[in-house]
Amino acid sequence: MFTPPEGARRSRPGHTVLMYGNDFAEPDDPGAGPLNAADGGAVEAAAAHVDTKAREGLASFDAIIAADQRIEPRDAMPEEYRQTLIRQIAQHAHSEIIGMQPEGNWITRAPSLRRKAILIAKVQDEAGHGLYLYSAAETLGITREELLDRLHTGKQKYSSIFNYPTLTWADCGAIGWLVDGAAIMNQVPLCRCSYGPYARAMIRTCKEESFHQRQGFELLWELMRGTPEQQAMAQDATNRWWWPALAMFGPRDTGEHAVTGGHTEQSMAWGIKRFSNDDLRQKFVDMTVPQAARLGVTLPDPDLLWNEERGHYDFGEIDWDEFWRVIKGDGACNAARIERRVSSHEQGAWVREAATAYAAKQRERADGAVGAGEGSAA
Amino acid sequence: MSEKETGAAYSAYVLGLADDALIYSHRLGEWLTWAPALEEDMALANVSLDLIGQARSLLTHVGSLDGTGRSEDDLAYLRDERDFRNVHLVEQRRGDFGQEMARMLWFSAYQKALYAALADSADEQLRAIAAKAHKEVRYHHDHAAQWVVRLGDGTQESHERMQAALTWVAPFVDELFDDSGAAVAAAVTAGVGVLPSSLRSPAQASVEAVVAEATLTMPATPKWRSRGGREGVHSEPLGFLLAEMQYLPRSVPGARW
Repeated sequence: MFTPPEGARRSRPGHTVLMYGNDFAEPDDPGAGPLNAADGGAVEAAAAHVDTKAREGLASFDAIIAADQRIEPRDAMPEEYRQTLIRQIAQHAHSEIIGMQPEGNWITRAPSLRRKAILIAKVQDEAGHGLYLYSAAETLGITREELLDRLHTGKQKYSSIFNYPTLTWADCGAIGWLVDGAAIMNQVPLCRCSYGPYARAMIRTCKEESFHQRQGFELLWELMRGTPEQQAMAQDATNRWWWPALAMFGPRDTGEHAVTGGHTEQSMAWGIKRFSNDDLRQKFVDMTVPQAARLGVTLPDPDLLWNEERGHYDFGEIDWDEFWRVIKGDGACNAARIERRVSSHEQGAWVREAATAYAAKQRERADGAVGAGEGSAA
Repeated sequence: MSEKETGAAYSAYVLGLADDALIYSHRLGEWLTWAPALEEDMALANVSLDLIGQARSLLTHVGSLDGTGRSEDDLAYLRDERDFRNVHLVEQRRGDFGQEMARMLWFSAYQKALYAALADSADEQLRAIAAKAHKEVRYHHDHAAQWVVRLGDGTQESHERMQAALTWVAPFVDELFDDSGAAVAAAVTAGVGVLPSSLRSPAQASVEAVVAEATLTMPATPKWRSRGGREGVHSEPLGFLLAEMQYLPRSVPGARW
C-alpha cells in the first residue's frame, strides 16, 4: 500500500489556528496551489487562441488542420471527421447528464446547507455542460432529440465511470477530486481541439470542472480532519473510486492490454485528440499522488512508487476485465442509470409537447395579429 | 420588553419564513434529473438555490434572535418534526410537473407579497434579507407563470393536467394567509412582521391573472384545508423528508462537514 509521508495525517490542523485569529496560511491549505490540469493556465492559453486562417487564406480542411487553426461549422470537412466529432461530443454530453444522477443521489442527504447548495449548483452545472455540448453537436447537423434517442436506445454510450454507485457522502468528494480531476486531464487538451465549437465548449466546461474538483478535494479534506467515522468514510470512498478513475482514460495504448483498430490515430491526425491515453493517465497519477498525501488518504495500489529514473510514479495494472465488463453493461448501475434517464424523459413528454403546441399557437396568433393589423391599416 | 425579549418573542415568526424556504428548496432539489428538459433542471436548481440562500440567512438570524446562538445547520438538522414551522404546502411530496408549477405559482405569489411588505419591517436584518429575496422570488413567479400558461394553453392533455394541479394545490393555500398563531401576533406587535391575511389580495390577484391567461379556471373551494404547520403540526410527508435530510449529521454527532 502506498502510505503518505508522516505528518500528512493531522487532526483538524487549521481550526485551532483560525480560532485564535491567526491569519497564517497553512502550508497545506486546500486552497493553495494547482489541484488539477485546468489550474495551470492551459485553459486560459487555449481561450486566447486567435484564428488566423482567414488572414492566411487557408481554405481547405487539410490546410486548416495543418496550420493548427479551427474548423468552424460552415467549413468543408470530411464526413468521417463530422461523424467522429458527433460521436465524441455526444458521448461527452451524455456523460454530463448521466453524471447528474450519482451526485444528485446525495442532494437530499447533504449534511450541511452549505454543502447542499454547492452540490445543487454542481449538478446544475453538469446540466449546463450537457447543454453546451448538445449545442456544439447540433452545429454538425444533428438534433438533441436524435442524440438523446441514441443514448436511450443504447446506440451511444456515456462514460462508464457513472455505472458505479455513490454509496456514502464521501463519494461526492471522491467524484469531485478523482473523477472530475481525471475528466479535466482529458478535457484540457480538448480546449485546443480542431473543431471550434467543441473547443469553446470545453474551455467553459474546464473552468467550471476545475471549481468542482477543488470542492471535492475540500470535502474530503474536511472529512479527513474530522471524526474517525468521517476519516473511514473518506478512505473507503478513495478505495472504491481510485481504480475506476484511472480507467476513465481508456485502454492502454501499447502492450498486451492495448486495443487496436480504435479511432486514436485518426483523431490525433485531425487535431481532435492531442495525447495518448497512457500519457494522460500518467500525468493524472503524478498530479494526484501528492494530493492524497496532503489529504492523508492511502491510495489502494501496492505497486504505487516513485520511479526516480523515469521521473514518474509507477503504478499497478488496472483490472481490464472489470473495465470491459462494466462497459458492456454488467456494472452496478448501468441498467438503473438508463432506466431513470428514459423514465424522466417519458414523464416529461407531455410538458415538452405542451410547450411546442403553445409556441405554435403563439406564432399563429402573431401572424393573425400582423394580418389583422395590415387589414385595418388598409 | 427589552430588545432581546422582543427578538425572542418574534423569532418563531422568522422561523416560519425560514422553514418555508428550507423545506421548499429541498423539494425542488428532488427535481434534478427528473425535469422535462435540461433547461428546466437548471431553472428548478436556480429556484432551489435561491430558497436555500434565503433559508440560511433567515435561520442564522433566528439563532441570534432567540438567544440560543444556534447555527443555520443546528436549526436545519437538529430540530425534530414538531419544531418545524413551515406550512404544509411546501412539504407535500413532489408530484408531476404541473403540480410543481401550481405550487410554485402560489408560493412565489405569497413570497413576493411578503417580501415586498417586509421592506417596512422594524427588524433591519429581516429588511435586508427581504429586499434581496424579493428580487429572486419575482423571477420564480415569472417562471411558474410562464409554465402555467404554456401548460394550460398547450395541448388537451396538458390543459387537463394543469387544471387538476390547481385543484390539487387549493387546499394548501389558505394556510399561507392564516393570521392565527402566537408568532404572528408577536411579530406584528413588534412592527417586524406582517399579517399574512394582508398578503392574500395581491397574491390571489396575480395567481388569478395567470390562470385566466392560461385558459384555466380557479378551482371550487375545497372541502378541506391544511392547518397547523406554524404550530408544528404537520402532514405525514414531512417526517420522511426530515429523516432523509437529517440522518447524516445526526449519525456523527458534533462532526463538521
